[in-house]
Amino acid sequence: MASTVIPANQTLAPTPKLNYLNNGHTLKSWLLTTDHKRIALLYLISVTVFFFLGGFFAMLIRLELLTPQGDLMQADTYNKVFTMHGMIMVFFFLIPVVPAVLGNFLVPLMIGAKDLAFPRINLLSWYLYITAGTLFLHCMLTGGVDTGWTFYTPYSTVGSNTNVIEAGLAVFIAGFSSIFTGLNFIVTIHRMRAPGLTWDRLPLFIWANYATSLIMILGTPVIAITVVLVAVERLFHLGIFDPRLGGDPLLFQHLFWFYSHPAVYIMILPSMGVISELIACFARKRIFGYKFVALSSLAIAVFGFLVWAHHMFVAGISLYAAMIFSFLSFSVGVPSAVKVFNWTATLYKSSISYATPMLYAFGFIGLFTIGGLTGLMLATIGIDVHVTDTYFVVAHFHYVMVGGVLMGYLGGLHFWWPKISGRMYPESWAKLSALLVFVGFNLTFFPQFILGYVGMPRRYWQYPPEFQVLNVLSTAGSSVLAVGYLLPMIYLLWSLKYGPIAEANPWGAAGLEWQTTSPPPTFNFDETPVVTWEAYNYDEIPAPKQLEAPGAR
Amino acid sequence: MSEHEEHTSHSQAFYLAIGIGLLVLTATTVGAAFVNLGPFNPIIALLIATIKATLVVLFFMHVKGASEKLTGAVVVSGFFFLAILLSLSLADYLTRSWR
Amino acid sequence: MPDSQAIVMEHEAHNPALLHHFADAQQQKNAASLGMWLFLVTEIMFFGGMFCAYLVYRLAHFNAFAAASQQLSIGMGAFNTAVLIVSSITVVLAVKAAEAGKRKVLVGYLIITVLLGMTFLVVKGFEYREKFEKHHVPGSTFKFTDTFDDNGKQIPVNPKEAELFFSLYFAMTGMHALHMIIGCGLFGVLTVFAWKGHYSPGYFTPIENAGLYWHLVDIIWIYLFPLLYLISRHS
Repeated sequence: MASTVIPANQTLAPTPKLNYLNNGHTLKSWLLTTDHKRIALLYLISVTVFFFLGGFFAMLIRLELLTPQGDLMQADTYNKVFTMHGMIMVFFFLIPVVPAVLGNFLVPLMIGAKDLAFPRINLLSWYLYITAGTLFLHCMLTGGVDTGWTFYTPYSTVGSNTNVIEAGLAVFIAGFSSIFTGLNFIVTIHRMRAPGLTWDRLPLFIWANYATSLIMILGTPVIAITVVLVAVERLFHLGIFDPRLGGDPLLFQHLFWFYSHPAVYIMILPSMGVISELIACFARKRIFGYKFVALSSLAIAVFGFLVWAHHMFVAGISLYAAMIFSFLSFSVGVPSAVKVFNWTATLYKSSISYATPMLYAFGFIGLFTIGGLTGLMLATIGIDVHVTDTYFVVAHFHYVMVGGVLMGYLGGLHFWWPKISGRMYPESWAKLSALLVFVGFNLTFFPQFILGYVGMPRRYWQYPPEFQVLNVLSTAGSSVLAVGYLLPMIYLLWSLKYGPIAEANPWGAAGLEWQTTSPPPTFNFDETPVVTWEAYNYDEIPAPKQLEAPGAR
Repeated sequence: MSEHEEHTSHSQAFYLAIGIGLLVLTATTVGAAFVNLGPFNPIIALLIATIKATLVVLFFMHVKGASEKLTGAVVVSGFFFLAILLSLSLADYLTRSWR
Repeated sequence: MPDSQAIVMEHEAHNPALLHHFADAQQQKNAASLGMWLFLVTEIMFFGGMFCAYLVYRLAHFNAFAAASQQLSIGMGAFNTAVLIVSSITVVLAVKAAEAGKRKVLVGYLIITVLLGMTFLVVKGFEYREKFEKHHVPGSTFKFTDTFDDNGKQIPVNPKEAELFFSLYFAMTGMHALHMIIGCGLFGVLTVFAWKGHYSPGYFTPIENAGLYWHLVDIIWIYLFPLLYLISRHS
C-alpha cells in the first residue's frame, strides 16, 4: 500500500521546516507550552532527575549492605534512605515515566491527532508533578521520611517523628498529576482518533496506555483519600486508622493496596505496549494474536483491582479472604502470559534484527518472565508466608519494575529517539549499555532471590555475616547497572548535537508517528491522516538499510 | 448522532416533577427512619437513596437519552469498581475468625 | 460585545470557543463531556475510600455507631438534603436556559444555585457548632456519655468507638463541604461569565460540566444523609 510508505524526497530533505523543537526558543515557550511533545520533554527531563536521585539512594543502600555491620549509616538513616529510594522511584519515576514521557509524546501522534484533548490540563499535570516533586525534595532536605514508601499505619500516624504529612501531600499532588494524564489519554483515545483508525487498528501501545489510564482514574483517587486520612489523623487526631479508637490499621493497608497493587500495572502496562511495538518492528511482522494482546491489557487492568490483599497475607486478614485473593492473584498470570506467548510467537520464523531497542525488548521478555513467575510463587500463600518481607520479595518486584518497566522504557526511548530528537543515537554505545544494564541488573537482583529464600529480611541496615558474599555480588552488580544507566544519558545528550540526522522513518516502522517528519511539526501532521490499513502491516513496508547492517550509522 | 445531543433536555415541568419526586422521597426516607422496621431500616434507606441517585443521574445528568452508551458505561464502571473495593474488603472483615 | 474581541484573539477561527486541535465543535463538546464524566468517576472512588471505611467500622462497632448516629440532628440533615435537591433543580434549569440562549434566566438560576449552596454550608456550620458544644469533636476534648437511644433504652457503648464514628462523620461531611465550597466558587465564576455573555446555544459546555459536578456532589450527599443520620435510629 503506497500510502504507508514515506516518499523518498521527503525523507531526504534536511528538515528545514518548522518543527516542535525549533518553534520558539524562549524559556517561556517551553514552560507555558501546551504542545504534548514539549510537555513530554519536560517530563523526560524531570523524571530523569528523579531517576538519578532515586538511583543515588539505591547506591547508598547497596553501599551500606556491602558489609554486615552498619558502618556507612545507622538504622534511622537507613530507614530514611530506603524510604526515599522507594517513594522517589515509585511515585516520581516509575508511575509517570512511560505514560508521561513516551505516552505523552506518542499517543496523539499514533492516533493521528494534533494534540491531546486537553492540552492545558496536560501542562497542568506537569506542574502538579513538579509541585509534588519540589515538595518532596523539601521534605527530603529537611529530614526525610522513614515510614517506607507504603506509609503503613499506625507507625505513620502515631509512631514516626518524621515529616509524613509533607511526603503524603507530595504523593497526593503527584496522584492528581497522574489522574489528569490518564483522563487526558482516555478522552483523546476515544475522541481524537484519525478517520479510519478504528479500535481494532490501534497500535498496541495505545491499548496499553488506555488500560493504564483506566487504572490511574479508578485507583489513584483511593490512595489520595487514604493519605489525606493519614494526614488528618496526624494533624487533628481524627482516629480513622487508630487501634486505640477501635480503628483498624489493616484498613489502611486495604485502601493503600487497592491503589498500589494496580499501580504496579500502571508501571508495567505501558512498557508492555512499548515491547509490542518493538517486537513487531524488529521482527518485521504483525503481532501474533493482535486482539488477544490488546484485550489482555484491559484484562490486566481489571484483574489488577481484584488481587490487592496478596500484599497482606501475613498481616492478619482472614484466611478465607487470603484464599480468595490468592486465587484471584493467579488470574493475572493469564493475560500476562498471553502477552509473553504472543510476543514469542511473533518472533517465530520472523526476520529479527538486533538493533538496540530489540535488545531491550529481549531483556524485557526474559526479566519480566522471571519477575512474573516469582510473582505466582508469592501469590501462593504457603510460599508467601515463608518469604514475606525478605529479599525474595525485593528481588521479585525489582525484576518486574526495573527489569520490566525500565527495559521497556529504555527500549522505547531508543526506538523513538530519532522521532523525538531528529537525531540517531550511536548504535554501538547503545548496545554496550544495553548489555551492561542486562548483566548488571541480573547480578544485582538475582542474588537477592537467594538471599531472601535463605531468610535475609528486607529493610535492615545490617545482617549476619553469612549473607555477605551474595550482598557483595549484588552491590557489584548495582555498580555495573549504574554505568549502564549513565551511559545512555551521556550519549543521548551527545547525539542531540552530533548524532546523524534521522530520517522520518529510520526503522521502516509501521504506525502513524513515523509518517510525519522527525522531529514532527507542532501540530504533528500537515494533513490529518486517513487510515485504511491494519496495525503492523509490515509485509507492506520495505525494511530499511540500517536494519540489515546494524551499527553502520 | 450529534442531532440527538441537542434534544436531551426536557421541559421545565418535567424537571420540576423529578425534583418534587426527589423531595417526596427524602420525606419518605426521613419518615421511614422513625418507624422500626428492624433490619429493613438500612435497606429501605439505601434503596431510597439509590432511587434518588438514579433519578439524578438519568434525568438531571442526562444519561438517559444521551447520544452514546459510553457515558452510561463510564458511570457503571465507576460504581462497579467501587463495589469491588467494598465487597473484597468485606470479604476480609466479615470472615475474620477473631472478631 | 466587548469580550468577544478578546476571545477571538485568544482562539482564532470562526467559532470563538473552538480550540485549534479539534476538528469541529461537536468533537470538542464530546471530549469535554467525556472528560468531565471521567473526573466524576475519580470523585466516586475518592469518596469511595471513606465509604469503605464507614462500612467496615459500622459493622465492627455497631452499637457505638448507632448511639453516635442518634446524636446527629435529623432536622438539619433533612433540611440540607432538601436544599441540595432544590439546587440540583436550579442547576438543571440553568443548563436548559443556557441551551435556549436566555442569558438573564441563566444568570438568575446560577445565582440561586450559589445561594442554595451557601445555605447548605451555613446549616452545616451550625451542625458543626453543635458538635463542638456537645464535645463530639474527636480529639482530647471528646466526651461521649449519650448512651441512651430515643426510647430511653441504654446502649452499651465504648466512647472511643463513638469517637471513631465522629472522625468519619467529620472526614466525610468535611470533604463533602469542601466540594460544596469549590462548587459555589465555580458557579460564582460562571455567573460572571454568563452575565458577560460568554455562553450561547452553540457553546455552554462549562455550564453543563459544572452542572454535572454539582449533581454528583448532590448524589454523594444523598448517600451520606441516610448512612450518617438515618439508618441507625432503630437498632
